[in-house]
Amino acid sequence: MFDDLRDLYQEVILDHGKNPRNFRRPESFTAEAIGNNPMCGDALVVYMSVDGDNLITDVAFQGQGCAISVASASMMTELLTGCPVDRANEIYQAFHSICTGEGDVEEILSNFDEEIAERLHMLSGVREFPMRVKCATLAWHTMDAAVKGENEISTE
Amino acid sequence: MSNASAIAGDNSALAFDVDRIRQDFPILAQEVYGKPLVYLDSGASAQKPQAVIDAMVAGMDTYYANVHRGVHAMSQRSTEAYDGARKKVATFLNARSDNEIVFTKNATEGINLVANSYARTYLKAGDEIIISHMEHHANIVPWQLLRDSLGIVLRVVPVDDDGNLDMAAYGDMLGPKTKLVGMTHVSNSLGTIVDIKKVITMAHDAGAKVLVDGCQAVPHSAVDVQDLDADFYVFAPHKLYGPTGIGVLYGKEDILNDMPPWQGGGDMIMSVSFEKTTYQKAPMRFEAGTPPIVEAIGLGAAIDYMSAIGMENIAAHEEGLLHYATDRLSKIKGLRIIGQAQEKAAIVSFVLDCAHPHDIGTIVDRGGVAIRTGHHCAQPVMDRFGVAATARASFGLYNTKGEVDVLADSIEAVREMFS
Repeated sequence: MFDDLRDLYQEVILDHGKNPRNFRRPESFTAEAIGNNPMCGDALVVYMSVDGDNLITDVAFQGQGCAISVASASMMTELLTGCPVDRANEIYQAFHSICTGEGDVEEILSNFDEEIAERLHMLSGVREFPMRVKCATLAWHTMDAAVKGENEISTE
Repeated sequence: MSNASAIAGDNSALAFDVDRIRQDFPILAQEVYGKPLVYLDSGASAQKPQAVIDAMVAGMDTYYANVHRGVHAMSQRSTEAYDGARKKVATFLNARSDNEIVFTKNATEGINLVANSYARTYLKAGDEIIISHMEHHANIVPWQLLRDSLGIVLRVVPVDDDGNLDMAAYGDMLGPKTKLVGMTHVSNSLGTIVDIKKVITMAHDAGAKVLVDGCQAVPHSAVDVQDLDADFYVFAPHKLYGPTGIGVLYGKEDILNDMPPWQGGGDMIMSVSFEKTTYQKAPMRFEAGTPPIVEAIGLGAAIDYMSAIGMENIAAHEEGLLHYATDRLSKIKGLRIIGQAQEKAAIVSFVLDCAHPHDIGTIVDRGGVAIRTGHHCAQPVMDRFGVAATARASFGLYNTKGEVDVLADSIEAVREMFS
């Protein structure tokens, strides 16, 4: 098996792809958005709960997609729960830069604590697969749209 | 002629030599990721033989000029080549006349031309257009646009669980309100070969005209528009081993000549004044502006190439591949073939229980295998089969059983990773 394939499909990613965390529609939430990837027909919904102090208290999602998009969504929900909105935006921007190959991965990740850096690093294998970047970023764009009060986005 | 190497000594299927044919396609000789390229995505777009590439280069480096304008030598040669390509297409489809062949920018534009010229002229609110559940978006959306602006009714013929068209339901739908039937000849996502002759006969009995989407049919076997009695027939030259940037719309000459122009410009007019402009007859009426000259020349070369090999030989070769691939893939645990119609072209769509089509596509790609993954621009039929996407192997005249084996082994590698 090729190394870059192993980098993309790491055990943790395969696990999140098969057993996504926070894969549910919460009873209550403060924002939601639908994300569409018209290239493949994949679609997911991201649900967010943000409290009065701009702290993200819950992130969940539903939908269907490939291992990369589901794993990325699953890992995102874990990373952002308990995170202030501003910090979540920084993580989103960093993840976007990593996936699209802008800037040095290690340098970008040095701005984050170990747990976040480790998770983002796991997802960074997608850099070598330009056709799959939209799979990895779909949930993140959708989360960003939900925070901004937009209801639906498309990765085109 | 470089296509001579592909010309078999006789026309029997036994003379079909795939190894020699592969040598006509320079792109196939390369490796990707250190593995021999296994190109199983001809349904999306087919590779080009050297004969097509050479003809297009010659169309630029030896006699290029604009067509139907000017009296100089280059223009004359270019015009002869462009009009000659139209003649080749007419012969290839067994049209009555070259005037029945309209060059468009792609097959999609051909459908839009019929929607915007024919249907806008002859259909009114309440009239019905029938399509099938397995149409490509190109044969759905133009009719929806028409529905939304004219108030016509769009009706959809169902397909059964194997992907066969429900002929009985189709018969029930046909009626005095049916004005047009837009139907695929071969489904791009399921591989189903529709009994299009019967579809057309039934439509004509109900007084309706028929537009056939032949994009996936034309590369696989001979099509005779007179025998089918099709009113309109579109196909995509780039799937026929020709270039992109050109599409073909066949239409019966009397129907075309009664249709108003859709796009206006140079080359489609008889005379122009600010008070009144008169138009050319078909096909020029529908070819406003400088046409795809070099692309038409390439298409002509592709047709020569296919004809030299023989459509019946190509059909026999691809049928062998279809059966072999169906057998091989069916044996893979957890693999489900989507589309098992009685009559199929060499297209095998499938899903795996353990992996999403996109993941399959990425992993087999690293083994050199190019397949299509996604909804194939046919989302309604994906919904019909309860999947968002499939992986699809589509075969062309240059594919081999050995390549089917490589595909099957690559899918096993996917299973290994995901289960």
